[in-house]
Amino acid sequence: MLEISNVACVRGERTLFSGLNCSLDTGSLLRVAGPNGSGKTSLLRIVCGLAAPASGEVRWAGEAVRRMREEYSRRLIYLGHAHAVKDDLTARENLAIACALSDCQATADALAGALHELGIERYADLPARFLSQGQRRRVALARLVAAAAVPLWVLDEPFTALDQGAISRLQEMIGAHVRRGGIVIFTSHQDVAIAGAVCRTVELGT
Amino acid sequence: MLEILRIMIRRDLLLAMRRRAEVANALLFFVIVASLFPLGIGPESNLLRLIAPGIIWVAALLASLLALGRMFAPDHADGTLEQMLLAREPLVVIVVGKIVAHWLVSGLPLVLLAPVLAIQFDLAADSLLILVVSLLLGTPSLILIGAVGAALTLGVRGSSLLTALLVLPLYVPVLILGTSAADAAAGGVTALAHLLLLAAFLVFAAVFAPLAVAMALRIAFE
Repeated sequence: MLEISNVACVRGERTLFSGLNCSLDTGSLLRVAGPNGSGKTSLLRIVCGLAAPASGEVRWAGEAVRRMREEYSRRLIYLGHAHAVKDDLTARENLAIACALSDCQATADALAGALHELGIERYADLPARFLSQGQRRRVALARLVAAAAVPLWVLDEPFTALDQGAISRLQEMIGAHVRRGGIVIFTSHQDVAIAGAVCRTVELGT
Repeated sequence: MLEILRIMIRRDLLLAMRRRAEVANALLFFVIVASLFPLGIGPESNLLRLIAPGIIWVAALLASLLALGRMFAPDHADGTLEQMLLAREPLVVIVVGKIVAHWLVSGLPLVLLAPVLAIQFDLAADSLLILVVSLLLGTPSLILIGAVGAALTLGVRGSSLLTALLVLPLYVPVLILGTSAADAAAGGVTALAHLLLLAAFLVFAAVFAPLAVAMALRIAFE
């Protein structure tokens, strides 16, 4: 489904990586690893189509993602470094808008269910500026619950700032998505075990 | 597509409501600038009547320039803009939604405040009407052009000054047409030509500015 073919990334004068090839079929899991500054986030942004690779191409079902634009965005959930959580909106409003922007279920029930799943329904109507880093992360992750039908999840350091309970919950969610036939690409410094899924690893900066 | 437009407008209005103080800044600036001139010049009603449209227009222009910083920079900082680039609908639609919301928050109030401020200048009723209509047609153009500048300077240090330098030359035609419309009305000539030109400018900006903004935003994220 997703093909990363011969992709190179250049930042300033420095080549972060080049000749990267990877092909992901339905139901696959890819961990992008590497030291700080090795281009993990850059790779994810290229996969999302936010940045253009210096050379090479990312293709979805044989078509270059840079040409597909929102056709591709509809099949994609990207959780970046920034939480994309607005301080002045409540957790519920944040989730509702994030779901409306991407192709997620955004009914009131679905939103409440997603907030419950991540254990933030108690703070759902509090402005996000009163939430801790981990709680904001949970608000951002709640979108994944509503995004079961979106095939590709691209997650940048999804496990940071989360407590043990939320980490295992997220591991379950990723595992369930892969078993459903979804594709998950994530970066992580730790070796994360996802039950019921074979995890491939791309090492950058080696 | 209309759904996402509605959602974006609602979102930005909601955000503006939760940040009333920031929104009020630009409006307060408008009121202060327009009010200081009559005080500084003194009670010379002929002179005041003559300069009223120009002063109110310049104040409105500067106030809308001041408000441009709120347009994309906060969304850029917290990552929500990135999500908009990856939305299920074309970016242009989202940009249009943001521009409409921005005008409702920091353009329309200028138009509504202008008649109140015009009292200080003793402006006649017919020139006042033309002034309000010219602002109604002109402020959306200012915001559309300003949005291009704000998008182009996204993430650049000292971006507010750079935005001003970029968009001010493009603001000049709107300013000239706007003030001369009210001047024409005061001089007893029809202002229709000026207003039609302002409307034409608005149509032109409304068609091309959102496309330019969407392109600039994509470049900002490369």
